[in-house]
Parts: sequence; structure tokens; C-alpha cells
Amino acid sequence: MSTDGLPTVVRPRLDWRDERLPARANPVPAWLRLFNSELRLVFGRPRNLVLLGVLAIVPVFLGIVLRLTLDTAGGPGGPPFLNQLAGNGVFLALVVLFLTLTVLLLPLSVAVVSGDAIAGEAGLGTLRGLLTVPSGRTRLLAVKYAAIVVFSLAACLLVTVISLIMGLILFHAGSVTLLSGTTVSLGAGVLRVLAVAVFAAAALASLGAIGLAASTLTQHPVGAIAAVLVLTVASEICDQLPELSAIRSYLPTHYWLSWDGLFRSPVDWSGVEHGLLSYVVYAVIFGAIAWAKLTSADITA
Amino acid sequence: MAGASFALTSSGLTKRFRGGQLAVDRIDLAVPSGSVYGFLGPNGSGKTTTIRMLLGLIQPTAGSHAMLGLPMPESQTTALPLVGSLVEGPAFYPHLSGRANLARLDAADRTADRSTARARIDAALDRVGLLAAADKRYKAYSLGMKQRLGIATSLLRPRQMVILDEPTKGLDPQGTREVRALIREIAADGTTVFVSSHLLAEVEQVCTHVGVMRAGRLVYQGPLAQLRGKAGLLVRTPKPELAVRVLSELGLAGIQQAAGQEVTAELGEMVPEVICERLVLAGVPVAGLETPRRSLEDEFVELTGEGFDVD
Repeated sequence: MSTDGLPTVVRPRLDWRDERLPARANPVPAWLRLFNSELRLVFGRPRNLVLLGVLAIVPVFLGIVLRLTLDTAGGPGGPPFLNQLAGNGVFLALVVLFLTLTVLLLPLSVAVVSGDAIAGEAGLGTLRGLLTVPSGRTRLLAVKYAAIVVFSLAACLLVTVISLIMGLILFHAGSVTLLSGTTVSLGAGVLRVLAVAVFAAAALASLGAIGLAASTLTQHPVGAIAAVLVLTVASEICDQLPELSAIRSYLPTHYWLSWDGLFRSPVDWSGVEHGLLSYVVYAVIFGAIAWAKLTSADITA
Repeated sequence: MAGASFALTSSGLTKRFRGGQLAVDRIDLAVPSGSVYGFLGPNGSGKTTTIRMLLGLIQPTAGSHAMLGLPMPESQTTALPLVGSLVEGPAFYPHLSGRANLARLDAADRTADRSTARARIDAALDRVGLLAAADKRYKAYSLGMKQRLGIATSLLRPRQMVILDEPTKGLDPQGTREVRALIREIAADGTTVFVSSHLLAEVEQVCTHVGVMRAGRLVYQGPLAQLRGKAGLLVRTPKPELAVRVLSELGLAGIQQAAGQEVTAELGEMVPEVICERLVLAGVPVAGLETPRRSLEDEFVELTGEGFDVD
């Protein structure tokens, strides 16, 4: 190395003993600090707040519309649980969750947040700033995914809680008659609805892993968001085709609505269990893709 | 490691992009501790790619480098918190204030002390003169303010080295002066400053050392004074042939008889008074004797190629 012969400039130096190399302290507080910062970013971004706002309005709007038209609506072909709605308001939450999942509002919200996670930072150029801090690539990815999971849960709970409130205001509130004909208390019924919300959040969190992987492959968040939505629609269409029945249960959206079992007595967990297994597998596969891509990528944005 | 004589070294550092383009070609950097190292070269000469490699953003194709005496990228987590950086212009979240943007970066630093964050962020904003605009959204900042916020990120905590990539890009002369003053201040604390620019004039006043890039190669590296040091000799005389003989006896290099009655040579270590005396003693009528100093700009242009040569 041609370092010889270069004179060293002598200057007064600060005492760097104050700035010792970081000790291997407990990494959890620092992780939580970055996680907190990430949550503020996700929940403070105007666009995301608009999405959550729309999700909050849907149950109000749907609740009122269904209250006014319930006598003529329903029957075969409508959303499941619509026929139970007249009997008990808690079922409004299931109707709304069904619609927001299949009409892509919830998937869209998670696609936006997850597709933006890395690509958005790359597009703004803030990714290079974070990585030179250094935030650590694996650590940043973990924080990003944790925030996506929290956002998924928040979106589902928001829709569900507002639906429950609207349902209980607009429709009959009282003990809940399950699909199996058994009657449980209102509290138990609400708990089962909240379990559906968590199950839906798990579905979205696994979709978020796909979005996160897509997000590491581009500098354009819109591209990653579109990829997730196209994949969701394609999966839902494939799920309807009888010709593809052999692979149906491997599709990422196949178990999205398989929560009927939660409204039987005794509870039939098989749909939920298969769904959760499928979500975990998808999250692991796409999480690994995101990790492999981000930790090896040249950051030129 | 504070005693390391070089804050930054590299050996054969090379980057060939996937398309086959050789962006950085076997460069051996040696940045003395405490220096202000101007990393110069035209746009497209590989400066930013080099900086990205130094900071672990992109992986070198070959070669190695060490920062603060620590091998990179293995020691990234220990070395980089002590290195402040601004890569390829400022980049922040437009909807957040300057203060919130700095808080975000500080939160990402696992070695930063949360309890002092507020005070450190305000101190950094104060140093770059942005404290009054701390709560303004980033998108409302002027270009100069954006650039200064970028520099503020490197001041969030005491650093041993600060790497600034084109900190004066797009600034007006006043903004450029402000940035230079900041660099002087940072360096006065003993912090090594590595600053890149495609304009020599913007940084030559603050640099102690320079490295000059051309088409991916490091074509010059050393103290700035050495680059500036090459002075010439010009003798005006009616007897140029005789002058040439005297000068060659004196051992001067690069002797040339120019058009008319002028002889030029490189001054080297010689003193002009001595040369004049010898010429007169040898019977050369000296009509004029000058020691024109080549400007730094000329040296720079010679090293980097003429004009808009970006290869």
C-alpha cells in the first residue's frame, strides 16, 4: 500500500476516551427505539392515515346501508353471515371483514405499507442514511416487518371494533346464536369476532412478508404495491377455478375466509390451523427472500 | 485506534458493476488522521462509488479497506458509529421536520444514548444554523438548508471521521462558503474530514491533502502543498542557447527553448537567485527571470483531463 511517505498532520485531538467503542450491551432497548421510530413513521405518514380513515368509515357506511336494506338483501349469494346480521349486530363485523378482505381494501392497505417499507426508503434515498448510521440490514428488515405486522393487526382491529360498535348500535344486541345453533353470551360472541380479526391480521401479515420481499427488489414503491395486489387478485381467481383445485390449498389467499369454525360449538379449529400454518410458511419463505436480497444488495439509490 | 496514523486506508479497492463497467479501479487510499482530505475528480470518475464501498453500501469486487484502523466491512458495527457521513446529497423524509428526521437517524443508531438524543440533535442543528428551522418540514427547506441538514447528521455525536460526498453540490457561493466554514470547524476538533467534490476550487481552501480520481483510478494522492509546489523557471535572454547550456549544467529538468528568446525549465529545488547569478557569471545577458507557479487548477486539469472529460 502506498501509504509511506505521507506525512501525518498533527492537530489537537479531542479525547475520544469518552466515545468508547460500543459495549455489547443489551440490544433490546435500542431495537425497541428503532421499532418505535418505525411505528411513528408508518402511523404518521398522511397516506397511511387516509387508508386507515377509509377502513374506519367502511363499517359505518355499510352498517347504515345494511340497516336500511336488510329486509331486501341477504338470501343466497350475499356475503356469509349476512343472514345472521338481523339476529345479532356482532355479525356486522364479519360481513365487513369479509368485504374489506375480498374487495381488497385491507390487502391494499397492507400492500401499501409493506411495498413501501424498503422501496420507499430507497426511493427517497433515506435507506443509505439508515444503513450508514449503521442500522444493520437484518435489524432494519426485522423492525420493518414487525411494523407491518402491527399495522396489519391495527387495520383489522380498527375495522372490527368499529363494526362491533356500529353493529350493536344499529342491530340487535344480545346473546349470539352460532352457526351450529348453540347460543353463547354477547361477551363470548364478541371474543370470537375478535379472534377472527386476529386471524385476518395474520393473513395480512403473511401478505406483508410478500410485500416486503417485493419491496427489496425495486426502488419504486408503486411497483412493489402493484405486485402484491396483482398476486392477491391472481391467487383469489385461481382459488375459484375448479381446474386448479389440486393446488388451491397452497395459494396464499386460500384460507383467508376459513374462520367459520370459530362460530361453531365446539369450536372447529381446522380451518384456522391450516390457515396459520400456510401464513407462517409464506412469511418464512418471503421473509428469507427479503433478507437474502437486502443483505447482499448494492445500495446505489 | 485513536492513535492510528491513518483514519482510512484502502488497498486495491475495485468495483466492477454487473454490467461490466469498471467504476473504481484498484485504488489505494491513505487518509491521514486529522487531515482534511479532498477527494477530487470529475463527475463520473468513481468518487461516489468509492464512498459507497467505504461505508459498506456496496460490496467491492476486489481489494480491502480499513476505517479507523478496523477492517471493513467486518467491523462495520463498531467503526461506522464513529464515522459521520453524507452520501450523494441529503435524503430525508419530506413530511417530517428537520428535527424529526435527525431523531429518526439517531434512533437507528444502536449505540446512541436515547436520554441525550434531544440535546444532541439540537446541538447538531445549532452547529449547522438550522435550530430556528428545526420544526419546519424538510420539504419546505431550501437547497442550502437541506445540504446543511445532511451535514448535521454527521454531527449527531462526536465522530473520529466525517465523510461528506459533494456537500457543496448545488449551493450558491454563499452556501459553499458556509459549508467550508463548517468543514473547518469539524476539522478543528481533530476529526478527520474526507470530502469529495468535482470542483477543486470549492474545497482547496480547506484541504490539507488531496486524492484525485480520473476514470476510476486514483491518479494523485498527497499533501495539497506538494501538488501546488511545482514551480517553473522562465528566462528571457538574447542568448537562449547559452542559457540552455548553463541551466543543464545546473541540473534543471525539463529545459525547453521556447519561441523567441525564452527558455523554460522546472525550478525543482533550485533558488532563483542562484540561477540568476550563474547565468550572469556565464555571460548570459538576463533580460528577465520569472518563476511562474502553475496554478492548482492547471495541475488538477492536467490530472483529470481537459474540460468535460468524464470517460
